[in-house]
Amino acid sequence: MNDQQSGSTTSTLFGYAPAPESRSVVDIAPSYGLFIDGEFREAAGGKVFTTRSPADEEVLSEVAYGQADDVDAAVRAARAAFETWSALPGTERAKYLFRIARIVQERSRELAVLETLDNGKPIRETRDADLPLVAAHFFYYAGWADKLSYAGCGPDPRPLGVAAQVVPWNFPLLMLAWKIAPALAAGNTVVLKPAETTPLSALFFADICRQAGLPKGVVNIVTGDGATGAALVGHPDVHKVAFTGSTAVGKEIARTVAGTDKRLTLELGGKGANIVFEDAPLDQAVEGIVGGIFFNQGQVCCAGSRLLVQESVHDEVLDALKRRLRTLRVGDPLDKNTDVGAINSAEQLARITELAEAGEAEGAERWSPPCELPERGHWFAPTVFTGVGQAHRIAQEEIFGPVLSVLTFRTPEEAVAKANNTPYGLSAGIWTEKGSRILKLANQLRAGVVWANTFNKFDPTSPFGGYKESGYGREGGRHGLEAYLEHA
Amino acid sequence: MSTPEARTSPARGARLSVLKTYKLYVGGTFPRSESGRVYEVTDAKGQWLANAPRASRKDARDAVVAARKAFGGWSGATAYNRGQILYRVAEMLEGRREQFAAEVAAAEGLSKAKAQARTDAAIDRWVWYAGWSDKVAQVVGGGNPVAGPFFNLSTPEPTGVVAVLAPQNASLLGLVSVLAPVIVTGNTAVVVAAQDAPLPALSLAEVLATSDLPGGVVNVLSGGTAELARPLAAHQDVNAIDLAGADPEPATELERAAADNLKRVLRPAPEGVDWAAEPGLERMTAFLETKTVWHPIGA
Repeated sequence: MNDQQSGSTTSTLFGYAPAPESRSVVDIAPSYGLFIDGEFREAAGGKVFTTRSPADEEVLSEVAYGQADDVDAAVRAARAAFETWSALPGTERAKYLFRIARIVQERSRELAVLETLDNGKPIRETRDADLPLVAAHFFYYAGWADKLSYAGCGPDPRPLGVAAQVVPWNFPLLMLAWKIAPALAAGNTVVLKPAETTPLSALFFADICRQAGLPKGVVNIVTGDGATGAALVGHPDVHKVAFTGSTAVGKEIARTVAGTDKRLTLELGGKGANIVFEDAPLDQAVEGIVGGIFFNQGQVCCAGSRLLVQESVHDEVLDALKRRLRTLRVGDPLDKNTDVGAINSAEQLARITELAEAGEAEGAERWSPPCELPERGHWFAPTVFTGVGQAHRIAQEEIFGPVLSVLTFRTPEEAVAKANNTPYGLSAGIWTEKGSRILKLANQLRAGVVWANTFNKFDPTSPFGGYKESGYGREGGRHGLEAYLEHA
Repeated sequence: MSTPEARTSPARGARLSVLKTYKLYVGGTFPRSESGRVYEVTDAKGQWLANAPRASRKDARDAVVAARKAFGGWSGATAYNRGQILYRVAEMLEGRREQFAAEVAAAEGLSKAKAQARTDAAIDRWVWYAGWSDKVAQVVGGGNPVAGPFFNLSTPEPTGVVAVLAPQNASLLGLVSVLAPVIVTGNTAVVVAAQDAPLPALSLAEVLATSDLPGGVVNVLSGGTAELARPLAAHQDVNAIDLAGADPEPATELERAAADNLKRVLRPAPEGVDWAAEPGLERMTAFLETKTVWHPIGA
């Protein structure tokens, strides 16, 4: 936030003046309808809900609340559009996707500000991570649309039909891109439900579809809550379900689609271990630890939420980590100097608070840097727990917040055993200068993404997804296409 | 040999054949069911063939423990080694092809020639999958050209312990067609043999036991498919389930139970499967995870 929070001489001397990004680049309408068959329309039931900025609880807009009738209308529109969209030559579908990628690039500043407002994450992240990756994703899959026979799904692979896609609030537009880009490239049409607390960027994306001239009904956006998502997933004319969100909801969806011919991919929770060996480049490791758990306020399924540090360097790493955390700037997400923004919702803040309290109650030691939090909005100071045992809730359960649990190990075998000791298996990090050890550990870790001497890197060409209860299927790369194609 | 003829009383002066007691195959050994139960297995005409063990849910749990124990070693073996062992299975089967043809003929009510053809196809299927062990990673994995200075590699890995409900209508060829793709990539398996035709599966266990396949990599249970499928589908230490041998209604129930720990589920094909056709990659990829490893590139 400001100088006094760090208390160090350096930052007093070289303090940061506020550097807010201008809100004027984005024009949020007072209300939005559902985007069905190329038009915005009110919900059949006439209900609406508000979306607020988590940083100050200001109402940003009023959004239509989609229910079963609306979902049905959207699926019908998508089904009708499927016949022509899937029959379009791949080269034409590709050009639509390239157009979308370009328009995203053109409007990325506007979209970054919008996303920061609706989600609460720092503008530096939406500007430098979310939006570039959104455009890159559409670019990548655009190129696949006319090359599907090389995707490893047989010489003449077919799209599945209408894809029901439910995305979370932590990367609203990026998760939309992960879902929509491969679906459209493969020739499917889409009904997407954005998260209840972050509907706006998906509605702006609807406008991008119009600007790109995308045929009506190919992309439909139905805003709402969990009930809306359940209606969409359960709709009988949907042939593909893709969900990113909590493991509990993922299991419920898996039960819902049981016995149907719906294909399912799930990208769910995680409890990633970031393993630091004594021979690691410790300064880089500390940066990786910080990015691993405080990027997007830790509201990341692949966050490195468990630090496994070799006993011999525990104190050294913790000292350096705490020193670094004192320099983090928590506050106004629109400020270009902000490192840690707002928690997305009161509900999420309550969950983080509850788990952090459980950590204390179970005997772990809690530490946060001196940190003045804004009075309005949802905030949680970066927090580190040391002395965490494997059975502690903060070592087993996904907190989905800026809370790091520190455990120790002595041998590589112990590190692997502890890293694998959760029901999840999404991500892991390894920090060591020893190449052979990296490769051995990478083999032994039951996780879909392993970052060695780096963390939280993403790329449209690189498959992402989990083992075990972190879900199934992959997004990104050639693998990501398989989820939307029928072998033929 | 356990043909129907062999099981009837011999003509005067002919030799009385030695009957085989069929047993389960769990953790590399051949136990009876812990429940002590058996059920009558008959040929297609209803003639008694054998009393097969009727495995219990406890047997199923024991089999999962054995499969889990074997997973580290088997998944950690080299692909070359796994390929050699699968090929060894084919070699051992080849040596007993007449026995298996007779068992398949009895189990499925087929002519000798047809049963022989199916047995031969089952042997050839082991050979086909043996060759995949060190190729599938090159076909479904590879380097990813990320936009940054990073080494980025995606590799398929086995998902873990896989429960397999063998097809009911193809006692040997169907069984091999669902089992070989599971284990060739490094998974371990708990197989429920075709309920009414379990004998070829139980005999296959004898082949597996003499093919250098480590104990526990494949565990074979006979008995009621529904009775055994339920605890396997709900088991928290099973990573995936192949429902090939499940009827549609129980299949839905089993898929629902499997959601509790997000097992990977391979649904039964509604239109049935031509087990004689070349299989493709799907039965392997259904039980593979993709792991992606990143490392910075720099001096």
